[in-house]
Formats: sequence, structure tokens, C-alpha cells
Amino acid sequence: MASGVAAWLPFARAAAIGWMPVANMPMPIAPTEKNKRADELIVLNVSGRRFETWRNTLDRYPDTLLGSSEKEFFYNEETKEYFFDRDADVFRAVLNFYRTGKLHYPRSECITSYDEELSFFGIIPEIIGDCCYEEYKDRRRENQERLMDDDEDKKDAKLPNMTFRETMWRAFENPHTSTMALVFYYVTGFFIAISVLTNVVETVPCGATPNTKEVTCGDRYTVAFFCMDTACVLIFTVEYLMRLFAAPSRYRFMRSVMSIIDVVAILPYYIGLVMTDNEDVSGAFVTLRVFRVFRIFKFSRHSQGLRILGYTLKSCASELGFLLFSLTMAIIIFATVMFYAEKGSTSSKFTSIPASFWYTIVTMTTLGYGDMVPKTIAGKIFGSICSLSGVLVIALPVPVIVSNFSRIYHQNQRADKRRAQKMQKARLARIRISKTGSSNAFLHSKRNGLFSEALELTSSIEEEQHLSKNQSLLESQHHHLLHCLEKTTNHEFADELCYEQSYLEGALQSYPSQSPSLSSQEGMTGTCCTRHTKRNHAPLPNSSIPTCALSHTHPHHNLQELSTIHIQPLNTSRSSLNMRVDEPARLNCQSGTITTAIISIPTPPATTPESDAHPPPPGPTLQNVVKVSAL
Amino acid sequence: MKTKNLEQSLSDSRELDGSYDQLTGDSVEDDFELSTVCHRPEGLDKLQEQTKFTKKELQVLYRGFKNECPSGVVNEETFKTIYSKFFPQGDSGAYAHFLFEAFDTNKNGSVSFEDFVIGLSIILRGTINDRLNWAFNLYDLNKDGCITKEEMMDIMKSIYDMMGKYTYPCMQDEAPREHVESFFQKMDRNNDGVVTIDEFIESCQKDENIMQSMQLFDNVI
Repeated sequence: MASGVAAWLPFARAAAIGWMPVANMPMPIAPTEKNKRADELIVLNVSGRRFETWRNTLDRYPDTLLGSSEKEFFYNEETKEYFFDRDADVFRAVLNFYRTGKLHYPRSECITSYDEELSFFGIIPEIIGDCCYEEYKDRRRENQERLMDDDEDKKDAKLPNMTFRETMWRAFENPHTSTMALVFYYVTGFFIAISVLTNVVETVPCGATPNTKEVTCGDRYTVAFFCMDTACVLIFTVEYLMRLFAAPSRYRFMRSVMSIIDVVAILPYYIGLVMTDNEDVSGAFVTLRVFRVFRIFKFSRHSQGLRILGYTLKSCASELGFLLFSLTMAIIIFATVMFYAEKGSTSSKFTSIPASFWYTIVTMTTLGYGDMVPKTIAGKIFGSICSLSGVLVIALPVPVIVSNFSRIYHQNQRADKRRAQKMQKARLARIRISKTGSSNAFLHSKRNGLFSEALELTSSIEEEQHLSKNQSLLESQHHHLLHCLEKTTNHEFADELCYEQSYLEGALQSYPSQSPSLSSQEGMTGTCCTRHTKRNHAPLPNSSIPTCALSHTHPHHNLQELSTIHIQPLNTSRSSLNMRVDEPARLNCQSGTITTAIISIPTPPATTPESDAHPPPPGPTLQNVVKVSAL
Repeated sequence: MKTKNLEQSLSDSRELDGSYDQLTGDSVEDDFELSTVCHRPEGLDKLQEQTKFTKKELQVLYRGFKNECPSGVVNEETFKTIYSKFFPQGDSGAYAHFLFEAFDTNKNGSVSFEDFVIGLSIILRGTINDRLNWAFNLYDLNKDGCITKEEMMDIMKSIYDMMGKYTYPCMQDEAPREHVESFFQKMDRNNDGVVTIDEFIESCQKDENIMQSMQLFDNVI
């Protein structure tokens, strides 16, 4: 149902006057309100607070609790009102949804209580208006993360039947799960510290005899340092191999940053072992030792803050890039200017533009080492401009980076953006489903529609009431409107599936066939979502029954029999029955002639060849149909 | 410090954040002005005289109208939006446009409640002749007293557009044209290529189906 504009349905129906003179066929009968009552106020008592509204307002959304007959369960006979034992504040938002068509999220409400109220009243949260949806989404995500955090703590309980490998991996990832893991964690941490310390101390000059050159401790206690290094590397290697063994996906583990750091930390040692004490390569060997400092990055496994810092830098890549770019621009400009300004002075240190880069950088970052100073007046002027602008250029992108860091830190670096994208897609999908629900509702009701029309004409009141009319009056009026449009244009609404099917069939079939034996099949074929063929549009393939997965063709055939017989009470041959099938609207005038014809329904549908192909689907509609044809 | 005047700084900031479209000169803020215009209809009694609705019906109609258009008038965009909600499968924009033209009797680009309710009164409570007149007025796009084939073609196309893409049987492109031809065959008595109001009413009165369907509107409200 077109939600929110139910009040305009009379207008839309009136506007259909434009189709009437154009249509070549008569229009279907309009649904009438059997017991037309004036719009009345109904009282909703929610925990003592009384809300009053028109009944029609609530009827706008028939698939919610208040709009459907479900609210009758809450009707209180003595006080003649509907009593709900729920939160009155949230109910305000719910009722306003009916009134205005927009659902708002009151910010002062707890998100879980709001969700519960919405699900109680049968409203999907995805239709929250855009004004409140961001807030709602944020709060919901926060809440879910909080719950997930709690869950993770609980998750550490040992699951039964974990293989040794999985246990080991768990132990590596969450050190506090078992004592063994904790010990391992601290031992590795200790050895990382030792290794870094060793590298540092190695270069400190140890006191030596006064007459010889100062030697570093590394050269003095070579053996000791070598043993220390070996021990550390051994521990790291063992740890790495154990992690590699325990990893659920070895390939992914090897590609991860942490494992690369591990490898880089221990590789120089092995390369050093392999290489001989060759003069040529010793230079390269020394360079390799520099990489030993990467062992300090292994600490990031032990520190959450370090990981966040790394993630921040990664996510602020664009700001950092901007900073770098603007600095580079400024450096080049000022270096050029300074070079040309100082070109004239004697013994100037500004020998070339690249040489001036150093001066510019030192000045812009306000370091001012003083190893290069301008001597000319012009140089001094430009130098001062340079230092002033340096302050500005650097100060601009830094707050952005800082705020980024604090944002990420507070959000605990979860993959928010990924999850938000998924939720956005899911939200749009759900809204789309509920919207297509309205057009599908029409197609669905058509299948029931002919059935209920037939019922109206022939049955008594009890039968009709027995058939539960799920549709509200608004829905039936809307469907009648769409039906009129179909009649005007001589085409019928179909859903995508049937459209594609019929499109393909249209491409395949040659020309219409009018043989009587086949015309009886006309009713069946092409009945995907349609009621019956039209006389002018008989071209349907006779051989291929569309393989629409819809299983309602069976009742259709029943209904067709039912309706066609009405029209031709004298002519009971099956072939011609299916030809003129477009006159149910006329029946109102000719009801007098119908009564006897119904009883003479020919063979029950189950014997028709087509329906053998379709085993009767179970379902309420079918059972109802059977009941009627048993008349 | 030199003070920039408000306009200058406003325009600078608008250029930066993209809310100002240099091409068309429109800015986002301009759209908000329309909604503050408020229109109140004439009294209930006066409307009751002008139309054939009862007081209660007018009340119900006004409530719905005001709910959707708080400003009291509906412009074409809103009209199209409302109408499109009833036809989710197809594109009802063109037909809604023609309707809007038909309802907007004083051609001021907006439909007030009076226009709305007067139009509805003719359709729902008028005589058959009144209704046919109104329909003719809808079809006659340039209001010159006769319907040409082009006008009918536009109307027909707009109706067929409302069906959308997924129909059974598949919508052929010539379907509207064929329909227009058959319409003209039926209506155009003297075969002069246009349908005048008299031809129209006469042909409609002769056609059972049309007379029947005109009765449909009796109990819409």
C-alpha cells in the first residue's frame, strides 16, 4: 500500500477518469465498503497515557500491529479502549509515524528499548527517516560493539575438541588464555628487550687502556655479544616457526606485517653467518646489522597503543601526503629564492639549490642549526619570510592528523567503515523489499482477487466471512485502481520473472493457434501472474507451458472455470468458455441467470493434462478453492 | 582589519562548499523559500456551496490534503511524487503532469485546496456529462476545444508509461499508437482528424462500457 498517502487514494481513483473514455473494455467492479462507517476516533491507552487518533490514520499501514486486526487482542471491553502495557514515550514516536509517515528516533531513548518497541508494533527500523537515521545507526553500532567486547571476553572459554594447532594459535593470539601462553608472551617480550639493549650497548665505547684507541664494547666483548645475539635469534626463530605452524592460513600469515617484521629481524644474523669475512662484503654486512633495530617493532604485538598509532598513520595517509607535498613546494620555492639571493655574496655556503634545501628545511621547522646563514640583506629578508611561513605550513595539517588519531583511538580501530557499508546495503535491500512488497501485493492479490470476486457473486455471507479477507479496504481500492489501468491499456502487470519468460516465448512462438483443443490450454499457459487470456491477444505458445516457478496456476484454472461458466450459462463447451473471459464486471447486472450454471462444473481440474504437470500445491488458497468447487 | 561585507563572504564560502551552482545561479538555500508560503482555503460553508460534498467529506479531504501539503498548496513536484506512490511499477510523471494541468484551473502553477476539491466534486459527484466534460478537458492539452491525434498520443503514452516495463504480454512500442487509432475511429465522427467536445460526448454516450465505467466514481468517497 502506498504508505503515507492513503488519504490521497480517493484522488488517485478519481484521476482514473482519464482512462475511462480511452479504454476498450469495461472496468472491474470497485470494491465497496460493506459496512461503511464514518471515521471514528479510537483511544489508545499506553501505560495510562491516552492517545487518540482516527481509525483511518492507523489503517494506513496495514502490516503493522496497530493497522491490522492484531490490535483487537488488546481491546478492553469495559473501557472501550485499546490498552498497551508498553513505554509511552517511545509510543509517541510510533504514533507519529502513522500520522506523518516518517519514523523518528528520539535521541534520549535507549537503543535497545526503542528496537524492542518497534518490533512489538511491527515496524521495521529501516524506514527511520533520513534525519534520524545516522544517529540511530551510530548508536546501534556502538551498542553492538560493546556487546561484542563483552562476548569476546566470554569467548575465551575453552571450546572442546580444539586441535593442538588451534590451541597453539589461540595461545599466541590471546596470551591471557593459559599460563603457558602468558609465560611465552613474557619470555619473548623479555628477549626482544634484551636484544634491543644489546644492539645499543654494543656501540658504547667501553673504557680501555689509556694508550690504545677507544674500543666499543662490542669489539671488546665480542664473544659475549655474539652469544647473546645467537640466543635471541634462536628464540625468535623458534617463535616464528611455531607461529607459522599454528597459523590457520599459512599463506595469509606469511603476508601479514608482523611476520614480515619477524623475518626482517632475524634474517641479518643468518646472512651474516653465511657470508665469510670478506673485505668487499663486510660493508654490506655492516649495513645489514642496521636491520636488527627492527626487532623493536616486534613490541607492537605486545602493545595496543603502538598498533593504533600504526593504523592512524595508515589512515591519515592523505593528510600526511598533503603535508609532504606542501612542504616540498615551499622548500623548493624558498631554496631557489635563497640561492639566487645569496649568489652574489662571497664564500657563501649556498652553493647550489639542493644545498639550499638543507637551509630551508632547518629554517622552516624552526630548528635553526646555524651552519648556513644568509649574509646579504635580501637573503636575510627572504630567510625571515621562510621561517614565518614554515610555522604556518606545518601547523595546518597537524591538527587533522591529531584529531584522526583521537577518533580512531576512541573507536578502538574496529573496521567501522566496512561494517557500515554492509549495513547500508542491507538497509536499502530491506526497504526495497518492503517497497516491492507493495507491487507484489497487487500481483498476489490478483490471484486471490478473481477468487474473491467469484465468491462475492455466488456465495452467501457466511462463505465470505469464512474466507479471511486479509486485505484492508484501502488495499483493495488500490488494487482496483491498478486493475483499471490494466484494463485500459490491455496489458497486465507482471513481475520480472514472468516478464522474461514471456519475452523469450514471444521470441520463439510463430503465430497464434486457435484449435479448440489448444484453446483450453490457453487458460493455463501464460497464466503466470495473470488471470486469463484476452480474446484479442490469443497468440500464446501452445506447446510450452511457462516454467514459472509460481505454483498458483492450479487454482487459476479452477477459478477460470468458475468465472467463465458464469458468463456462458448456456454454452458449456470448454473451448469457447475460455475465449470470452473478460466480462466479470457485467455480472452484477446479470446475477439472476447465474445460479444454476455453477453446479454444472465439468470434471475437476485434476484431470486436465496440464495440471498433471503441476501437482497441486498445498496451501490455504487451494483448500479454499476446493471447498467452493464442491458446491 | 577590513571587514568584508556579508554577501561577499557568503558567496566565497558558497563557492567552496559547492552549494552554489555557478552555471544556473541557483543555490541550495533558495529552495526553502517556497515552503514558507502558506495558503488558507475559504471557509467550509463557502466550499460546501461550491461543491457537492458534505461537510464531513470536506473535512476528511482537507485533513488528508493538509497532511501531505502543510503549506496549503501543492506544486507539480509534490503532485507527481504523491501520484507515483500509487504506481510503483511504472512512470506516472507524464500523466500526473496532465492531471496537474487539469486541476490547476487558474494556471498559476499550484493547486490549492479549492481547485482540488472543485475538481474532485465534478469527477465524483457530477453528472455523467460533467464528468465527460472534465475528461475532455484533461485530454485537450492546449485547451482549444478539440483533441488532435498528437495530444491523444501524448496522453496515451503517459497512460502506458504507468504500466512500467514488466507487463504481460510484453509492451510493444506501437501499442499506444494502435490504441489512439482505435480511439479516433470510434470518436471521430466526421473523420476530420480531431475530436471535438460534441463528438466526444456523443460517442461516449453511445458506448456502454464507458457509461458503465463512469458510474464507478459514484462511491469513491
